[in-house]
Amino acid sequence: MRGANAALGAAGLAAFLLLAEAVPRLGLVEEDYFPPAGRIADALGTEITDGAFWTALGDTLTGWALGLAIAVGAGIVAGVVLSTVPYLREATASTIEFLRPIPSVALIPLAVLLYGTELESVLLLVVYASFWQVLIQVLYGVQDVDPVAEETARSYGLGPWARIRHVLWPTALPYVMTGVRLAAAVALILTITAELVIGAPGLGARIAVAQTSQAVPEMYALIVVAGLLGLLINVGARSVERRALAWHQSVRGEVAV
Amino acid sequence: MLDVRGLRKVYEGSGRRVEAVRDLTFTVAAGELVCLVGPSGCGKTTLLKCVGGLLEPTAGEVFLAGRKVDGPPPGMAFVFQEYGRSLFPWMRVGQNVELPLKQKDLGKARRRELVADALASVGLADAAGAYPWQLSGGMQQRVAIARALAYEPEVLLMDEPFAAVDAQTRADLEDLVRRLWRERGITVLFVTHDIDEAVYLGERVIVLSASPTVVREQLKVDLPAERDQLSTRVAPRFAELRTHVYERIQAAKRGVATAKTDTPPPH
Amino acid sequence: MRRLLLRLVFVLALPVVLVAVWWVSSAGSEDVYWPPLRTILETFPDVWTGERWRGDVLPSVLRLTAGYALAAVVGVALGTLIGSYRRVRAVCEPVLEFLRAVPPPVLVPVIMLFAGIGDTMKIVVIASGCVWPVLLNTVEGVRAVDAVMTETARSYGITGAARLKDVVLPSAGPQIFAGLRQALSIGIILMVISEMFAASNGLGFTIVQFQRSFAIPDMWTGILLLGLLGFVLSVLFQLVERRALGWYHGLRAAARRSR
Repeated sequence: MRGANAALGAAGLAAFLLLAEAVPRLGLVEEDYFPPAGRIADALGTEITDGAFWTALGDTLTGWALGLAIAVGAGIVAGVVLSTVPYLREATASTIEFLRPIPSVALIPLAVLLYGTELESVLLLVVYASFWQVLIQVLYGVQDVDPVAEETARSYGLGPWARIRHVLWPTALPYVMTGVRLAAAVALILTITAELVIGAPGLGARIAVAQTSQAVPEMYALIVVAGLLGLLINVGARSVERRALAWHQSVRGEVAV
Repeated sequence: MLDVRGLRKVYEGSGRRVEAVRDLTFTVAAGELVCLVGPSGCGKTTLLKCVGGLLEPTAGEVFLAGRKVDGPPPGMAFVFQEYGRSLFPWMRVGQNVELPLKQKDLGKARRRELVADALASVGLADAAGAYPWQLSGGMQQRVAIARALAYEPEVLLMDEPFAAVDAQTRADLEDLVRRLWRERGITVLFVTHDIDEAVYLGERVIVLSASPTVVREQLKVDLPAERDQLSTRVAPRFAELRTHVYERIQAAKRGVATAKTDTPPPH
Repeated sequence: MRRLLLRLVFVLALPVVLVAVWWVSSAGSEDVYWPPLRTILETFPDVWTGERWRGDVLPSVLRLTAGYALAAVVGVALGTLIGSYRRVRAVCEPVLEFLRAVPPPVLVPVIMLFAGIGDTMKIVVIASGCVWPVLLNTVEGVRAVDAVMTETARSYGITGAARLKDVVLPSAGPQIFAGLRQALSIGIILMVISEMFAASNGLGFTIVQFQRSFAIPDMWTGILLLGLLGFVLSVLFQLVERRALGWYHGLRAAARRSR
């Protein structure tokens, strides 16, 4: 069954590539706008021999990883504090509900003014967008803690720190992992956005340059790289999440937030 | 009414062949209540799904009122064991009961009448506006039964419908099925692994072997039509019948071949 | 009554404190980038006049609505199709996984090639970015329809359009809404950056104009307005979701209680 599925998937991928080659060749779309897959592959080949490409990839990864790490750290700490200190969760609920949906791209002009094309610009957007993903999942996770387990821990005289470590954290971990997975995808979107729109160095900026200089195959090649990067991040995050879920007794559905 | 001839079902998949049902032949007369009982994992559900047209048999045929069954026929209604997953949680109780009727080209007034009548006869006249998950397990299974009744089937197929409810509720639901059967004169084919339930409910009990399934024995239940949980279950005849079925099932589990009989055990 | 009052205090206290802190701390601000909140609020009605609402805010919102609606319809329709057939799913999965992983903002330069810089480009950009979460979540939701429910529908002759409307789509509803929720935030991002990239009107365009011309308080009002728009859209979404998935929240609450 698995083998058959993999074969079908490979066939689908091959058909997709074939289509991407044939459609422009047959003149169904203009070749200037959508070069055949072969020419994109050529351009990709040229790109990966270019040192500047690797620098750009490195910049993108740095912005992504740093932003994600800050957002995850801050999200976890804030989530645990908010839900363990009495009344804090209730007092902050409305503020979170207000701040969370604010699109982080609204901060673009501010980022430009404050930091120009520096890494900080990228970080500002990435951290703002990913922080909420993690925070919300942590809050959900802590809410899910079994009151009986909490009572038991209390009755055995476990202190607050021990309760966080042995009761709260294990329950919340799968949720945290879901938050990290969602945040990882969002962080990449915002990293590329910042580079594309603000011009911070990275893949996005390279795409913008390729576009303005009419280097269409190169632009597509870079987009493919961005897609592969996204794919790698998704697959990686999902496998980490699954591992975190594996030892957890309850496998649950994703929370719609 | 229901005629099952030489039914056989073999599951094939990834190099494995599992013969679930080997050779089953039996009939259910119109207006009869027949219980199928067999050891756990004996392919009862497979059998019932073949009868209901949900699964295609590998060999053999099923006839409903003389017509061959290929695909779920409009004259049959199914009550599943997993009531929680068989009722649609996004519909209220009334809508759940009404949904199958919408496929039947009935007027709105007629549909409403059928829904109200079915819910009333399972004792849930007031629950039409509730969601299934607001009800207890036993009540949910009542809704599923009401849905089957409103469908006005010729044959009602019930697949271990009370396996997941507590003992008290179970007794109530058994009496409900007996009452509905007598009031409405529907043909009922009831699958269970519970021997007491089979003997208490059925006019006839068909004992199945372990998988690959064949019919071990067909047994007339010569208990009075008026049954109740207290007196029927302590009647000597009830004890004899259940002991007999019990022995047959034990033998079936061990795989001992016994002669097929269609006669009731001697008094 | 007291409980209601207490709730009100919980809801309002922190926002009031935060705004007050912003107000006081920025009151005498000489920093050009951080104008006093008072200045920002005073500028707001001057900047967002009726003309601006009609000429910038409305076009932005309309483009977002059009693109988002297009993505929702296409995503659910295609997702249902792909999710219903195991083989189709197996063929499409790797390609879809890749297309979904492409960060949506890179679509802006691509679609500009095809569709120029008009409204069409922006609507297509928004639609083609929003469609993936909807599509993939629909596939997951449709695929995961409970086996017993499927058999129930089949045994009662519920097939075709009725099966889709009464069984498959409601059952996939929670997943579909999770996808729509993700799509909404992507849609807002794309609305803004497609206007920042190339446009002659719209919220994103205007805000960048303010920034480039160093009209800092004006820029701040734009940021506030965008934030407000995001908040309002999210509230609207929640209202719709609560209505459409009322049964689901009830079911979950019932499951939690009985645990």
